[in-house]
Amino acid sequence: MVAQISKTMPTHENNPLIEVSELTKRFDDVIAVDGIGFTVGKGELFGFLGPNGAGKTTTINILTGLARPDSGAIRISGLDISRNPKAAQHLIGIVPDESNLYPELTGFDNLCFCASLYGVQKSEGIVRAKELLEQFDLKEAAHRKFAGYSKGMKRKLTIAAGIIHHPEILFLDEPTTGIDVASARQIRHLIAELQRAGTTVFLTTHYIEEAERLCERIAFLVKGQIVRVDSVANLLQPIQERKAMLISFLNGGSDLCDKLAVTFPDYEFQTISFEQVRVESADIINIGPLIRFIEEQGTQVTEARRLKPSLEEVFVRITGIELNSVGREKEKAKGS
Amino acid sequence: MKQWIAFWSIVRKDMQAYYLKPPNISWGLIFPVAWTGMFFIKSGSGLESILTLLPGVIAISILFGTTSMLAVTVTFEKNNRSFERLLLAPISLELLMLAKTGGAILFGVVNAFVPIIFALFLTDLSQVVWITVLPAIVLIAISSTFLGLLIAVSVNEVFEAQTFSNFFRFPMIFLCGLFFPITSIPTLLRPLSYLFPLTYGVDILHGAIHGKNIMSLPLNFAIIAGFCIILFYVSIRNIHRKWIL
Ligand SMILES: Nc1ncnc2c1ncn2[C@@H]1O[C@H](COP(=O)(O)OP(=O)(O)OP(=O)(O)O)[C@@H](O)[C@H]1O
Ligand SMILES: [Mg+2]
Repeated sequence: MVAQISKTMPTHENNPLIEVSELTKRFDDVIAVDGIGFTVGKGELFGFLGPNGAGKTTTINILTGLARPDSGAIRISGLDISRNPKAAQHLIGIVPDESNLYPELTGFDNLCFCASLYGVQKSEGIVRAKELLEQFDLKEAAHRKFAGYSKGMKRKLTIAAGIIHHPEILFLDEPTTGIDVASARQIRHLIAELQRAGTTVFLTTHYIEEAERLCERIAFLVKGQIVRVDSVANLLQPIQERKAMLISFLNGGSDLCDKLAVTFPDYEFQTISFEQVRVESADIINIGPLIRFIEEQGTQVTEARRLKPSLEEVFVRITGIELNSVGREKEKAKGS
Repeated sequence: MKQWIAFWSIVRKDMQAYYLKPPNISWGLIFPVAWTGMFFIKSGSGLESILTLLPGVIAISILFGTTSMLAVTVTFEKNNRSFERLLLAPISLELLMLAKTGGAILFGVVNAFVPIIFALFLTDLSQVVWITVLPAIVLIAISSTFLGLLIAVSVNEVFEAQTFSNFFRFPMIFLCGLFFPITSIPTLLRPLSYLFPLTYGVDILHGAIHGKNIMSLPLNFAIIAGFCIILFYVSIRNIHRKWIL
């Protein structure tokens, strides 16, 4: 345990590359980002995990200079971004949530162009573009127009375009959304490799497993607020010894959870939906009486399964939200 | 230095991706040719009138060539979000917008020479003061491009950009003294003429090509240059306000 903690207690914490405090951004009546603060150490792989609309993209947009904060302080590599959003752009690489390269240009030309935007000399840009196309299995498509690429190819080229100028900090906005399992694995591998090579990575995702596998520290973002930020080991620690189950049934009504809590005071219950309740306990969960009780309420239990201690568990515990996409991702992973 | 690599690369990419495409080349060439033909034939009153028509035809060629380009290079890229790449690049917004407009300005200047080459075959251009015509062409191209830029950064869709720019372009043909002097425009409308930079550019061309300018040339140059600066900075301000949310 001690070893695990010391491995993940980042030494880079003392050497923050990104410092954010009290950051707020509102769009008309929506508060997209609500007073968040965090730091990302040099060389760290930091994850921003949250459901749709949590404010992940908005945060990236503000940090990279595409949006203006309403209030708050941001420093990147010591440079004050809230005042001059252009100040740190030369240090930054961005992979936006949408693959937004130039449809008219070929893959190769797109990469060369993106390199030149950061002042990379033409000859050097060509070398790097070729390398990246090779690395991403896009060599065959190098001289085809971006418009004709498949979704996954577009995603890969967009990632290549984000790193061609060798940025110190890489912002990845849901890099693996909408692509097949093999490509997603390839991309995760690449992200881990970039970090090993010293790049600081800021990753947003709503795939919990992705965050768990890749990140050193994670911030849980819900409705524009950070509900928890900690190292993966620390996040997992409190549930390591706890037992948890997910019970599924046909529509159980809104008060089932309360009734369960009264009848089984030793367990903790949490409503996930009208069809699912999460049960947690420090000791073994005795499933028989639980199922009987639920069925006595006139509902049919369809499944009861043990939950392994995972970040998904932690996320649900802390936020009360189940990220539906996680299930899908698991299905996909099994399928491969 | 690094910013200039980005600058030239943007200009080159726009040329490659948009300007040198057959539809745009033909649009850029056929349009001026059609205007030229139409006016030269219509005039019918003998070839010396070509000199009085030439300034207007040059101006129209530049105006249509430049303004229609911005709808593509700016509005289209804004819509498919590739413009965000440029906003995220470590290049100042001013230099970035100069790069985005540089190609269009060049395109406008090239367009201006289509009617000039035609006229070369049809009439004697020996009395034309080229040293004045050339900077005037460049300034007309710059001011028209920046007008197109202002429109492009004020709308959201490509078709809006096109509609909106026609809303300006067609009245400008009549209000800016292209084919008849602004002194013959009804007094009520005349103040409008002075609101368009093209008025001053065309006046310079009239002076340099057939000696009939209304205002003094230095004043014309100063005003059109002023327009360029104002249009550019208003556009930059709009981008700051509307696109960096
Ligand atoms: N330009 C905008 N105008 C108005 N509201 C906006 C704008 N951009 C974001 N929002 C709102 O801000 C909130 C946060 O959006 P954001 O895109 O940052 O979420 P996200 O965490 O990236 O979600 P997703 O996982 O769907 O990408 C949402 O409620 C969204 O509707
Ligand atoms: Mg997003």
